[in-house]
Amino acid sequence: MEIAGKMFTSRFLLGTGKFKNKTDLAQAIEASKTEIVTVALRRIDLERHEENILEYIPKNVTLLVNTSGARNAREAVRIARLAKEAGYGNWIKIEVINDSKYLLPDNQETVKATEILAAEGFVVLPYMYPDLYAARALVAAGAATVMPLGSLIGSNRGIKVKDFIQIIIDEIDIPIVVDAGLGAPSQAAEAMEMGADAVLVNTAVATAGNPALIAQAFAMAVQAGRLAYLGRDRSRPVPTMTADPSSPLTGFLYDQSR
Amino acid sequence: MYITLNGQKKEVSPSQNLRDVIVQFSQSPAVLIAEVNGTIVKKKQWDEICVNDGDTIELVSFVGGG
Repeated sequence: MEIAGKMFTSRFLLGTGKFKNKTDLAQAIEASKTEIVTVALRRIDLERHEENILEYIPKNVTLLVNTSGARNAREAVRIARLAKEAGYGNWIKIEVINDSKYLLPDNQETVKATEILAAEGFVVLPYMYPDLYAARALVAAGAATVMPLGSLIGSNRGIKVKDFIQIIIDEIDIPIVVDAGLGAPSQAAEAMEMGADAVLVNTAVATAGNPALIAQAFAMAVQAGRLAYLGRDRSRPVPTMTADPSSPLTGFLYDQSR
Repeated sequence: MYITLNGQKKEVSPSQNLRDVIVQFSQSPAVLIAEVNGTIVKKKQWDEICVNDGDTIELVSFVGGG
């Protein structure tokens, strides 16, 4: 998979929030062989020492800084510029949210932020609600990918907007990363079978009993889904209500004509 | 004199530079990005920037996120 001229073997992106401890995170990164992980930017706590999360992320993994906390394009741009100053690259996941109940991304503000940051040379991966017009606007604004949500952030509900993600996959020529709501490896496989280029998962891995195993399961499901997509017939298999034998039905133990 | 650091009012002695203030208040020196009155200050300029009464300083760093 190629994003902004960079080649990736893995199509599984991992978020780093909600892990019980940093060791779990490091093991999940290793087990999944992910090559892109997201982090957030926050005010430091003046009252206590905080661990440096970057120490748990291998150097060869691309750091994708999200703009979580941004309520509009202006704030997202501010966060992106701050992140760039840290010297860990210029990959930005734009996340503009001003609804605290559903945490839905604001597509309009996301397009605005994408336009500004892409013009400044950032590699912009915008998180979005799967709307074709917005996706086209993001492409025009210079986005490197579009990242439509499968369902609400952290909801583990899988792909609840399947038809609309399919439209984006079919109509948009830059990589599509299904982000948010994927709660099980089977759901990630489903996204990949649909033709998504990659998926991003955080909650389902971070809150698992064994994050490393689940991360690996997701990575394998992503690979399986990709192979299924590549190997599919041009027309998808049509479900029927009648049986169609896979083995020959004619005479072995007895003559069927009797 | 007083500054606002990450939203908190802090008393600092006069004629200090930004690095002095960061060293005094931050316990997490690993990867820090500083903003003074809304403008990003590059790390190599921390020694040159004087902190003035009433300044608003933000110190941010990376945390886990999806």
